[in-house]
Amino acid sequence: MSADHHGSSAISERVRHVEALLEARGLVDEGEIDRRIDEFLAGGSPANGARITARAWVDPDFRDRLLADANAAIRELGLSMSGGLQEQRLKVVANTEDEHNVVVCTLCSCYPIALLGPSPAWYKSEAYRSRVVRDPRGVLREFGLELPAGTRISVWDASAESRYMVVPRRPEGTDGMPEEELAGLVTRKGLIGTAAV
Amino acid sequence: MSRINDVGGMVGFPAIVEEPDEPAFHADWEAHVLALNAALIRRGVYNLDEFRDAIERMPPDAYLSSSYYEKWFTAITTLLVEKGVATPEELATPEELATPEELATPEELATPEEPAGG
Repeated sequence: MSADHHGSSAISERVRHVEALLEARGLVDEGEIDRRIDEFLAGGSPANGARITARAWVDPDFRDRLLADANAAIRELGLSMSGGLQEQRLKVVANTEDEHNVVVCTLCSCYPIALLGPSPAWYKSEAYRSRVVRDPRGVLREFGLELPAGTRISVWDASAESRYMVVPRRPEGTDGMPEEELAGLVTRKGLIGTAAV
Repeated sequence: MSRINDVGGMVGFPAIVEEPDEPAFHADWEAHVLALNAALIRRGVYNLDEFRDAIERMPPDAYLSSSYYEKWFTAITTLLVEKGVATPEELATPEELATPEELATPEELATPEEPAGG
């Protein structure tokens, strides 16, 4: 078997074959695969996490409710953690001057897709999963985030039933900025904890 | 006893690679694998925990040498055999049947093994 048969084309052939077999057996409907791909891609976006964050920055009472019971609080914004295959518990943790939070799933790739969209490849990599719990400060430095030595770092390890999201610190000089504009400052990495905002 | 997926704190992995564009899928087949899995779980062919378990009990060398969605595809085909939906021969492409050593890619399919309860 030549090397040409390995890699992407071989596996795409195998996936096509299994898909056709399952369609023939009535386990997958015609058009269902494309519909489910579209659903997945439309099912979440970091814009949702950014909206939650901006609201928490401008509304201290919302922030308190969010940190106490995130599943209930995000419903106030029309968001939910029940869009996937099962309802997931959400815990939101907020960065402060003294503490920085970062999220991982050491066992697989658990991630709040509804609030952050599909996860980046590095989040699912064994490299990130193995290292961020052993040397969070070093890993954050590689992402370009240098934290003061006195900042405590908490690493939150997601599981099959629980998801985490980070509320970054509100940047300096944003007093009076409208909520939508604040949301525009928030990045997916900020919501995972590998960037400051 | 922990399985190979329990990599937290393990040393020896390469550097973390950030992609400039970070696409959700790196090839069409990856999207199809995700959708197939969702379809099979929605139909009750297997459940989400069985799917995770099928990834986590991959042999360590196969787990570590497989990409993210290759692991998913291995788990799907493993469960389709164990649930009696299809035989390994039916799941193999004609090319794979002609060259049986290729079946070694999802290790479970190459290893004669009694399905656990199916």
